[in-house]
Amino acid sequence: MGTTKQHLVTIKGIKDGLVFLLDDQCEFTALIQDLQYKLEHTHQNILTGPIMHVDIKLGARSASDEQKEEILQILKQKGNLLIRSIESDEPEADTSNENEMKIMTGVVRSGQVLHHVGNLLFLGDVNPGGIIHCTGDIYIMGSLRGMAHAGFEGNENAIISASYFSPTQLRIADVISRPPDEWEIKESNMEFAYLQEGQMQIDKISNISRFRKDTHIYKGV
Amino acid sequence: MGEAIVITSGKGGVGKTTTSANLGTALALLGRKVCMVDTDIGLRNLDVVMGLENRIIYDLCDVADGRCRLNQALVKDKRFEELYMLPAAQTKDKNAISPEQVKDIILELKKEFEYVIIDCPAGIEQGFKNAIAGADRAIVVTTPENAAVRDADRIIGLLGSSHIESPRLVINRIRPNMVKSGEMLDIDEIIQVLAIDLIGIVPDDEHVIKAANSGEPTVMNPDSKAAIAYRNIARRILGDTVPLMLMDQKPGMFKRVKKFLGMG
Repeated sequence: MGTTKQHLVTIKGIKDGLVFLLDDQCEFTALIQDLQYKLEHTHQNILTGPIMHVDIKLGARSASDEQKEEILQILKQKGNLLIRSIESDEPEADTSNENEMKIMTGVVRSGQVLHHVGNLLFLGDVNPGGIIHCTGDIYIMGSLRGMAHAGFEGNENAIISASYFSPTQLRIADVISRPPDEWEIKESNMEFAYLQEGQMQIDKISNISRFRKDTHIYKGV
Repeated sequence: MGEAIVITSGKGGVGKTTTSANLGTALALLGRKVCMVDTDIGLRNLDVVMGLENRIIYDLCDVADGRCRLNQALVKDKRFEELYMLPAAQTKDKNAISPEQVKDIILELKKEFEYVIIDCPAGIEQGFKNAIAGADRAIVVTTPENAAVRDADRIIGLLGSSHIESPRLVINRIRPNMVKSGEMLDIDEIIQVLAIDLIGIVPDDEHVIKAANSGEPTVMNPDSKAAIAYRNIARRILGDTVPLMLMDQKPGMFKRVKKFLGMG
């Protein structure tokens, strides 16, 4: 009841049609309810007129394809509405973070926690007792002597790599591993940790292309 | 306006008070006007190490609460004209005083003294916050043990988020034989982890224990290796370039260091 009273859907007339401004903060179901309510009750008059072009603006909402389809279906029920576009100016949040790398410098000392959403390139050391949490990958140019947790929100494809790999503990998604009981540290190479069938594995950084085929760059012919 | 240097470590028992007493005395020995401040309220030791316990009349808390003037609480050293100590209260705890109060007192002391050496209590709570409140610089003391290095790292992190910039490191109680045989962390390893400037290394020396028990700072005894190390650190505080003490125990090495310092 209450949801229909807060205007989640705003309908505006422009020169050559209508713009549906959809609230981007509320629950998606509430939005759908309000949209249906408006079409069937309060704004019937605009729906009975001539054919009209409609632009849908989702705001900052990150709607899935299914959700977009749901909105389209509701509007298509009214024969005179012709959907011209459906836009969302959703912020960098999802798409950019997936590929973008944030660069940070410093020393994560004992008792300090560095939390980052996305991938992180950290220039500096992580000392024993220091923690890096990251929703994506962690790349450390320096020594990893503390704890690193990649794929913090459950991304099992995340990796952890460091120039000097000597962590007190490693975590990827929900898997916890600790050296040296579980794997041996070879000090000479830059290494990375990844999950294989739920098991933490360590390998030389040069073998990363076997694990990450999508980012592999082929050169020459 | 003088300079306030806090001696801190995080972990207890690594030699903060010994370092404070010896650096304070060494600076006085080099002709500077120095005041040492004990902020370890409830567990004061600096007065004992300095042998000034029986001269205390007022303390830090008395000054903070206005029960006496700052000058009345200062205890003059028995060896040097220009060396003073402001003792901590023994009957209270760290919460008896606030960082602002300490800051005001240190500011007052800096007007009169060239160097104010603040002896910090162990831990990272109120006592630590009190001790660093008035300091301009910090010296972090650690020993070549993993636990002490870990705590020093924590302290350096906390200092980093305070007003104090680039603390310097003293590695205390080094045993050259154990370092050589690989049983003790070596200096390079510690510096690599802590990533701050080293201001001095102090060898483990029995003289230090003897001296502390007799209320006479080690630095007064030129036959002690630790004394030379502390004098070197004091000179580095003054801005001199003094080479690091060699930890080899070759006979004659020590004499050469002494000669270098013009004391042989």
